[in-house]
Amino acid sequence: MEFLLEVSLVGLAIGGVYALIAVGYALVYRTTRVVNFAHGNMMMFGAYFFFSFTTLLDLHWSVSIILTLICAAVFGAGIERILIRPLLGRPAISVVMVSVGLAAILHGAAQMIWSAEDFFMPQIFPDKPIIIEDMYIPSNTAYGFLVAIGAIGILVIIFRFTRSGIAMRAAATDQIAATSMGINVPAMFSLTWIYAALTASLAGIVVGSITTLNPSMGLIGLSVLAVVILGGLDSIFGAVIAGLIVGWIEAVTGFYIGAAFKDVVPFIVLLAILIVRPHGLFGTPEIERL
Amino acid sequence: MLIGNYKENYKSDEAIFRTMRSRIWFGFLLLLIISFPFVGNDYHIYMACIIGINIIAATGINILTGYTGLISLGHAAFMGIGAYSVAWLSNNLGLPFVLCLPLGGLIAASIGILVGIPSLRIKGLYLAIATLAAQFILGFIFNEWDSVTGGGRGTSLSPAEIFGIKLDTEFELYWLILVVMILSLFFARNLFRTRIGRAFIAVRDRDISAEVMGINLLWTKLSAFALSSFYAGLAGGLMAYFFKVVTPDQYTFAVSIFILAAIVVGGMGTILGGILGAIFMTLIPELLGEISAAFGPSTLAFLSPAREVMFGLLIVGFLIFEPRGLAEIWRRTKRVYEIWPFKT
Repeated sequence: MEFLLEVSLVGLAIGGVYALIAVGYALVYRTTRVVNFAHGNMMMFGAYFFFSFTTLLDLHWSVSIILTLICAAVFGAGIERILIRPLLGRPAISVVMVSVGLAAILHGAAQMIWSAEDFFMPQIFPDKPIIIEDMYIPSNTAYGFLVAIGAIGILVIIFRFTRSGIAMRAAATDQIAATSMGINVPAMFSLTWIYAALTASLAGIVVGSITTLNPSMGLIGLSVLAVVILGGLDSIFGAVIAGLIVGWIEAVTGFYIGAAFKDVVPFIVLLAILIVRPHGLFGTPEIERL
Repeated sequence: MLIGNYKENYKSDEAIFRTMRSRIWFGFLLLLIISFPFVGNDYHIYMACIIGINIIAATGINILTGYTGLISLGHAAFMGIGAYSVAWLSNNLGLPFVLCLPLGGLIAASIGILVGIPSLRIKGLYLAIATLAAQFILGFIFNEWDSVTGGGRGTSLSPAEIFGIKLDTEFELYWLILVVMILSLFFARNLFRTRIGRAFIAVRDRDISAEVMGINLLWTKLSAFALSSFYAGLAGGLMAYFFKVVTPDQYTFAVSIFILAAIVVGGMGTILGGILGAIFMTLIPELLGEISAAFGPSTLAFLSPAREVMFGLLIVGFLIFEPRGLAEIWRRTKRVYEIWPFKT
């Protein structure tokens, strides 16, 4: 029983990181209707940017994080402008495939630039594990959770209280109405992708610290895709809740049933939920008209 | 120059090859395909077999994604079902090859129906992710169900045998794959001239309108899933006989993406697109290999990432610049040739 609590806590902490990744997917889907299969690889690039700044250029981690975020923002805006915008309004398959193509390009490029080897991220969080009443949580996981929750909190505040955040929500809800209110909708698209790239690279730094850094790190994005669908593709709140649920379920099944089941359980849960609720837990049902 | 296309009866209007000229060209193509294994070396025949299998798989996913508009990200898993079924049937029940192959297809089709059942409620991208889930769950089963699939090491099977002739070498398998490929292409080409095939297209264009016109949505979507996974099962079964071993990593998510990319590049919703895409996407990585070999062994380390980047660039490039794919390029080229010396 005491194990259950400890495993659950670690699972929820990982779930927080999942939530941060999932929020990136949900953001992009809400405004541009793209399921971004390259999100995991954008995350991996963020982690590599950070690694290059700290280890290869020997900068302090705080400077590196700022530089990484700047690079990620440029990167996100570039992807949106060059690849996504020409395809807006095309059938779902085209938009899915363009992100799949981008994922392949990024995965290949990462191997060319940084080689396929494993790297260890520099230790940025305090090295001491968190111990709550003899339950042990690895420090990177615990601090990663805090970073994730903090980042999601900032995003929520931006969306709720700033002018650009409200404009983004308007553009996501109804593009024509938003345009007629004087909102520059294409700029909002770019901004969404920038936010998505920012959350992705933060998540990348955290995931890289918890595990190691290699070009296949983006694969985690596919299991997080299960999280996003579970929560409902267009719901930020759903992404957070589903992230915590999936993190917890993974940890518990991994501990009690076997590590091999860990990766497949999110998908089984996903199928079960989808059959009952076709738009995920908190997704908006689409109303179809002829 | 082709002037007019005069038809005197319905029969000539319904023909697949409508003009004498296209019949002659097709005859040439057949001759080329038949003489190919006598001219090419082992490597050429090997590649031709792989292309043939990929064409069957791509045509299968084209039925589902290109014609019916249901995105499948789990097609490799259906191929895997076909391959494992064929291996299990021939190893454990000792069934002859002529029974194994269609049975493998049927088993894949039934799993396809199972995956397709939620498709009436789940739509669009949610359905795509549901098929992705099916891919990972089936892949997990391939890896873990040791007694049937042989786990990570996979399972091997004895060569196919037909009329007492062992189909052992690539040369012999070439003919088998060729026959299956031509039959399945012929079937697919004709399918879309029938009621059910046209129902698929109607569902793709607007499923609610299709329902209003009296098309049974559930039945149509399920038959699209069934047919498409039957094709995948056939391709998987042929792959099993071709490699004589079935392992989980032959049927991963990456393979699903590859087949989907083949029809995107080739042209969705055309039979020709599936064929051209499968040929193109199979040959391009080989071409890169040749180029890298020409530059010496120092480039070898970059080969596999370069293939990946190339793969991605092809998908992205075609989507942005030629969304209808190679089939459209082919159609335009043909048109220029047909009406020369006039311009389009």
